[in-house]
Amino acid sequence: MRKSVNNPQLNKHGELTHLLSIEGLSAPILKQILETAASFVGVAEREVKKVPLLRGKTVCNIFFENSTRTRTTFEIAAKRLSADVINLNVGTSSQSKGETILDTVDNLIAMHADMFVVRHAQSGAAHLIARHVGSDIHVINAGDGRHAHPTQGLLDVFTVRHYKPDMHNLRVAVVGDVLHSRVARSEIHALTTLGVPEVRVIAPKTLLPQEVEKLGVQVYHDMASGLKDVDVIMMLRLQNERMNGALLPSAQEYFKTYGLTQDKLALAKPDAIVMHPGPMNRGVEIDSTVADGAQSVILPQVTYGIAVRMAVMSILAGNTE
Amino acid sequence: MKIHIKNGRLIDPKNNIDAKHDVFIAAGKIVGLGNAPDGFVANQIIDASNLVVCPGLIDLSARLREPGFEYKATLESELLAAAAGGVTSLACPPDTDPVLDEPGLVEMLKHRAKLLNLVNIYPLGALTRQLQGKNLTEMFELSEAGCVGFSQADNALTDTQVLWNSLQYAATFDLTVWLRAEDAHLAKNGVAHSGEVAARLGLQGIPACAETIALSTILSLMRETGAKVHICRLSTLQSVAMIKQAKKEGLPISCDIASTHLHLTEHDIGYFDAQCHLRPPLRTERDRDALRAGLLDGTIDAICSDHTPVDDDAKLSPFAESEPGASGLELLLSLTLKWALDNKLALPQALTSITSSPASVLGIDGGSLSLGAQADVCVFDADFVWKVEAKTLLSQGKNTPFMGLELPGKVRWTLLNGQIVYQHH
Repeated sequence: MRKSVNNPQLNKHGELTHLLSIEGLSAPILKQILETAASFVGVAEREVKKVPLLRGKTVCNIFFENSTRTRTTFEIAAKRLSADVINLNVGTSSQSKGETILDTVDNLIAMHADMFVVRHAQSGAAHLIARHVGSDIHVINAGDGRHAHPTQGLLDVFTVRHYKPDMHNLRVAVVGDVLHSRVARSEIHALTTLGVPEVRVIAPKTLLPQEVEKLGVQVYHDMASGLKDVDVIMMLRLQNERMNGALLPSAQEYFKTYGLTQDKLALAKPDAIVMHPGPMNRGVEIDSTVADGAQSVILPQVTYGIAVRMAVMSILAGNTE
Repeated sequence: MKIHIKNGRLIDPKNNIDAKHDVFIAAGKIVGLGNAPDGFVANQIIDASNLVVCPGLIDLSARLREPGFEYKATLESELLAAAAGGVTSLACPPDTDPVLDEPGLVEMLKHRAKLLNLVNIYPLGALTRQLQGKNLTEMFELSEAGCVGFSQADNALTDTQVLWNSLQYAATFDLTVWLRAEDAHLAKNGVAHSGEVAARLGLQGIPACAETIALSTILSLMRETGAKVHICRLSTLQSVAMIKQAKKEGLPISCDIASTHLHLTEHDIGYFDAQCHLRPPLRTERDRDALRAGLLDGTIDAICSDHTPVDDDAKLSPFAESEPGASGLELLLSLTLKWALDNKLALPQALTSITSSPASVLGIDGGSLSLGAQADVCVFDADFVWKVEAKTLLSQGKNTPFMGLELPGKVRWTLLNGQIVYQHH
């Protein structure tokens, strides 16, 4: 019965002002990001790997949850755009002293940060910050709880488009712990928004949220039928703490049933590509021969990740009120 | 003090009255309806032209936050809010600090409320000490101190043997146990209905079966012990069906729903709106419609505000870390009227759920305007549309999902025991 709520990611002109989740973004906006990213891929290959688009701007990486990889890629992306970068690992400082998220953000606003890259263990944290900051500040969600990791979703579809340009004729399988995965949610929304006709999830019932089919996916519980004739396999990371407990009996049994091996890969189309957001658990969700095999595009994902993050930052910086 | 309320539309659901009747009040009682008693000379006349005159509302759950949580709200602020909402009687849960598990605390609370003289309060005592679910409280003594029922508030009783014993003990003294049906294990860390919205937003879900499993346990224990139970804040379609069956079977059971759940669904969470972080969680449209149908067919006895004022900061956190609950005393009437409008119900039928019906759940005389009854009266303008804004709410808790929305119905006067305790300007 509620009042209609404006899309918190768009400014009053309908342009992207924060990147909080893939859900709620139109195909044209996603394509604009992907095409901008394509133009940045070459920058890394130049001798001077810098463009001046964010010169004089300050990008602040606030990581309430520790992460080296993601933070580093954002840092590289910002530096290649000539921004000044501040890294803040709040997980270890302010929060333990009782400071709230918004206190931390207010302090950084007072230091004139122009853009926040935020990671937090709770779903919705980036939305909370985006609602709080003024219209001249942009927020990028670098992962909030189980909710979204939109730059990962974007770099994944960037990679898919690179290898399989006709998105309207693809079958994609997302395999693993969908329940706890912000990556899975962002991938699914990115794929369906860009017109992929068939997105499957493959997982045991304990690792799928109730009503997961409402995300627009087909649900499979076994690899044999789920991987049949797919063009793209997106593996998800299984967190260590979930390997032995009430959700799964053991890593061994998980590998046996849902781990991607050469045998299982053979069920997919012969030219299927294999993706993983990293860091991988070799021998748990993916076999080394597959991870390092000819069909793996896991390292190109990392490379494209920087271009995609540069694209997001430059687009947001250009869309000011 | 003699008061004459004239020209109003008197709606008294319990006595089946919906007619233009003047009401005459003297010495705190209703002394005349329609015609003035002989020799009645009013000290004050309330002109209720175009207004509805009904029994003061009875709210089965309002947290007053005292003792212990005065930074969230105080007895004075919340009882003023109640009066402004037309509420003249309310039950308050025992999850204060200290917990209401000793007669002295209950007496103190009742005494303080009496001094403020704004609302009749009916405390619920703790069912177990400290609400820890281990040892029984002195239920008999607590009832003598004024507790009308015994509750675990939102602390589910995980030990079914303790639940069994507490129902046996309560049944011994014919006391009513108030329980929210929620399996603590299935609800662990949950903040939203297990369904589409939780799946999308990546929030830990609370499945509908967390409620039905707990309810089924309670119903089985009721059959064994003969205890009287009031189920607080029903939220699912399946549990409405279970209560209906239990009532048909003749079990001494009653239940309520929160006014928020009469209108909102999981989709109202939108983009992580912490104001929609409620206990139990907002569920699906089908559940909401089943709650509405359950009210209509009498399966559900009452609508309560489930008033839970929190301080502003408590909602300024990521959804799962925000404090659950909504401020509701001043919205109870309006949300009930909105339901009546949405479902094209006659006003008397809708008002039953917030007057006579909760009165019988509490086992008190209120909730009607019979001759000789205590003059607890609400006079309201059913057609007046107002906007919910922080500055218009008297409650210290400004936390409501309805903030900024326009709702029908505004209280003009509230009378407690024949005295005006609230007057809208």
